[in-house]
Amino acid sequence: MGFEVNGKTYETDEEGYLVNITDWDEAAGGELAKQEGIPMSESHWEVVNFLRDYYSEFQIAPAVRVLTKAIGKKLGPEKGNSQYLYELFPYGPAKQACKIAGLPKPTGCI
Amino acid sequence: MLNIINKTPWDRPALDAALQCADGGSILLIEDGVYAATRGSASEARLKDAMGRLKIYALGPDLEARGVADRLTEGVTVVGYDGFVDLVAENKTCQSWL
Amino acid sequence: MTIKKFMFVNRKAPYGTIYALESLEVVLIGAAFEQDVSMAFTDDGVYQLKKGQNTKAIGIKGFEKTYGALEDYDVTKLYVDQESLTARGLTAEDLCVPVEVVSRAELGKHMEAQDVVLSF
Repeated sequence: MGFEVNGKTYETDEEGYLVNITDWDEAAGGELAKQEGIPMSESHWEVVNFLRDYYSEFQIAPAVRVLTKAIGKKLGPEKGNSQYLYELFPYGPAKQACKIAGLPKPTGCI
Repeated sequence: MLNIINKTPWDRPALDAALQCADGGSILLIEDGVYAATRGSASEARLKDAMGRLKIYALGPDLEARGVADRLTEGVTVVGYDGFVDLVAENKTCQSWL
Repeated sequence: MTIKKFMFVNRKAPYGTIYALESLEVVLIGAAFEQDVSMAFTDDGVYQLKKGQNTKAIGIKGFEKTYGALEDYDVTKLYVDQESLTARGLTAEDLCVPVEVVSRAELGKHMEAQDVVLSF
């Protein structure tokens, strides 16, 4: 399974997550967002980039509770709440934003 | 003979058994076995005692994975996967002390 | 929901078996339930926290960095037993996260105080 953008092929698993995190680039992120029906704005990218940074530091995608807390610490309390994040990613910030960020499905994402 | 150990000395007495049995030849530490070849470990003295009669090797990738490549016991030779293959080929017999 | 005391006891070296990773994953998943979680590292388990792990050459995903995320998951009680460190030529400075070094006797008291003990 997979998709293609600008002649580059990206392999995905049966749930649509990138198989190789190193394949990710903005074009892949854009295509994954399209598949999720998310119109990417600067605020969306801010969360996606935050997740990528978190993953590179700790090698995991954070649980929603941890994500909201950590975002609040880094980007300000007005963004560190689940309402803000669910507005951006209605089907779950951890699940949708992680997919767009090219990360594996978060541990503990039920 | 090549004696291969893949568990820590605490997990299993395989290293001690091999050190006591082996009559010449080589010991190759792989996977969790590599911890035995780290400075300050309780097994270090036993390993050093055996160095006169046995040649001791440890697998480099396993040392690196466990963050102990920089504290290798003196006298232990680090080999890569290619060196692992060479050791198996050079020795007439090979025993994994499971 | 009443809060219970959970302790995860880690006694295996990383990578040689799957126990260390499984334990860490269960801790991270379990953190969603907001219980009083602690982790104990004893015997070969102290090797899990050894600084400087690089698993590239063995082709297994490393998880040393993930211990650094435990704080975000409110798992801050990490006990490491002194005797196990010493036998392996290690000190607290060799470890990748801040821990509380305790004697085996003290560790036993912490275990005794738990509602649930999970062994890995």
